[in-house]
Amino acid sequence: MRRARLRFSAVFWRRPWFKGLALLTPPVAAFLLIYVGALTVLFISAFWSVDSFTGKLEHIWNIENFRIVFSTTDPTYLRIAGRTIGIAAAVTLTDAVLAFPLAYYMARIARPRTRTLVFVLVLLPLWSSYLVRIYAWRLILSNDGVLNWALGGVGLPHLNIGYTNWAMWIVFSYVWLPFMVLPVYAALERIPDNYLEASGDLGASGFRTFRSIIVPLALPGIVAGSIFTFSLTLGDYVTPLLVGGAGSSFIGNVVYENIGVNANVPFAAAFATVPVIIMAVYLVIARRLGAFEAL
Amino acid sequence: MRRIRRGHVLTAAVAVALCIPASGASTGNSAGTLPTKIGKGEGSLNLIEWAAYSDPSFANKFVRQTGCKIHRKDAGSSNEMVALMRTGGGGGGGQYDLVSASGDASLRLIVGGDVQPVNVNLVPSWKQFLSIFKSPAHNTVKGVHYGVSVQWGPNTLLYNTKKVKPAPTSWSAIYSSKYKGKVTVPNNPIQIADAALYLMKSKPSLGIKDPYELTKSQLDATVSLLKQQRKLVKKYWASATDEINLFKGGDTVIGASWPYQTLQLQAAKSPVKELIPKEGATGWADTWMLAKKAPHPNCAYLWMKYATTPQVEAKQALVFGETPVNPKACSYMDKMQKGSCAKYHLNQPLSYYKQIHFWKTPIADCGNGKKDCMDYNAWQRAWTQVTG
Repeated sequence: MRRARLRFSAVFWRRPWFKGLALLTPPVAAFLLIYVGALTVLFISAFWSVDSFTGKLEHIWNIENFRIVFSTTDPTYLRIAGRTIGIAAAVTLTDAVLAFPLAYYMARIARPRTRTLVFVLVLLPLWSSYLVRIYAWRLILSNDGVLNWALGGVGLPHLNIGYTNWAMWIVFSYVWLPFMVLPVYAALERIPDNYLEASGDLGASGFRTFRSIIVPLALPGIVAGSIFTFSLTLGDYVTPLLVGGAGSSFIGNVVYENIGVNANVPFAAAFATVPVIIMAVYLVIARRLGAFEAL
Repeated sequence: MRRIRRGHVLTAAVAVALCIPASGASTGNSAGTLPTKIGKGEGSLNLIEWAAYSDPSFANKFVRQTGCKIHRKDAGSSNEMVALMRTGGGGGGGQYDLVSASGDASLRLIVGGDVQPVNVNLVPSWKQFLSIFKSPAHNTVKGVHYGVSVQWGPNTLLYNTKKVKPAPTSWSAIYSSKYKGKVTVPNNPIQIADAALYLMKSKPSLGIKDPYELTKSQLDATVSLLKQQRKLVKKYWASATDEINLFKGGDTVIGASWPYQTLQLQAAKSPVKELIPKEGATGWADTWMLAKKAPHPNCAYLWMKYATTPQVEAKQALVFGETPVNPKACSYMDKMQKGSCAKYHLNQPLSYYKQIHFWKTPIADCGNGKKDCMDYNAWQRAWTQVTG
């Protein structure tokens, strides 16, 4: 018995690569089976179709689903994809602009005690359910809501932004802001003080230092944050459902309707490949900009 | 070439699918397959239902009497009901017993083989039903019943009495720009029929005879009307609660609705009224349908028997705001709420039902032998084009 055990460990000693193999096999197998496997099944089913009347799956290979998604004669789905990407980009930009000064204050100006307080405030919304926060915004933005009540109180005209794309933009920007603040804070905190001093000693103005030292060094953090804000917006369907109006459907809504409501999984799968492609391209660009070093 | 081939494949598939109930009917009719009496309850009953269709206010008594504990799955739309029935390999997946399918879903469930024939003789109240609800085309195919009718209601025009003046009399109110940005309509492809009904009366030149049987050009005309309407729509409501919130928050002041929302809003003291406009209205007629793989068929029959009795029909009608299919419920309704029988039009003659166009699944064959009508798939695509 003891000999057998010795021989067993000797194998690992003699062939170091075997140890690596034994360690990596379970996670890689799980990864392939659960993650890549599911994605592959999704992709394959996109080439099938569903009988429109009975709703039964038909295993006939065709690219009809992709033809409908990318059709230019009926640009419904291209329009939905464009809207999704457009709002995701707008939200990312908004969050970057809002998060930068806040993160800068936290990283370079605030005293440790204040910094902790701001940290808690940034993370506080994450303690409550995402749905509760979206419903709160519904109450704020609706016609007889808090916003119009406040505007009316100071004599301003009513804003009619409840259930519009503007409402979605505001709610998304709010919901994903903490995911931008944290990586930008991490990047800014890492900038050594002597870089800034050296810049000043060499006669650079404050703005020049900001433009040539701080922004380039913070950029990987901003890009890292943008991965979160962009991908989270891209895949969302609850916010459009609850605060969106007529013509606010996202890719996620079409996928949801086709699976949960119309039972047309193949078409949902075909449309779901669109965000996969977008994110793949996005991640390649983000890698180029050094976002993964800042994570 | 590919498109043509696909078209052939689809047509063939639909043709094959349409044959299934025919063959099912022959076996379903033969003695032995239909139960001749209701056995002892299995202790459990799983329902896919419209919210409040087994409201505890009338369902608790059933649970006490039969020992069938009710598990509810509320569906938000007809499509969701069909999708739920088809999970787990179809036929309710061996999980669900009954589904309260509306007319735009029932035929799809029958053709898809998700529901099984029902012996209406085991449901004594069936003989009391209004004649049009005994064997309606949406739940009875070639003389075989796939369930029992339960309730019906019209799709009404709901408006805020303070903001909408003068009171509307026509569906034109939700197609004209007067209430731009204050309109809401259901997010449901069958909503196309509402627009078609309006065009049927306002534009006779289109030649629409039945709002569910539209040719390509008629559907195109309807879709272009709906695309104009989209600019006026604040939100396409997804659930009854959604619409109630829109009216409560003042985001919308007029829209297509069910009597249920009107009752809820009026109970909350919102200044709203509803009407059936002069063009008539579309309507839903719901059927309790028995899932093919129902695990608790006895409890399911017991429920169909219970839910169609006059007393229970009356209670459900008042909870949901709809009309029983059993006219004997009239006196019970009046007992619970004075004048409610007349309010829900249960005392109306059969001619009244002529102005209600009941939901049915649009199919290619609309009886003229040409099969040139647009099917549900085309409606679905058109609806995504309008709302997406």
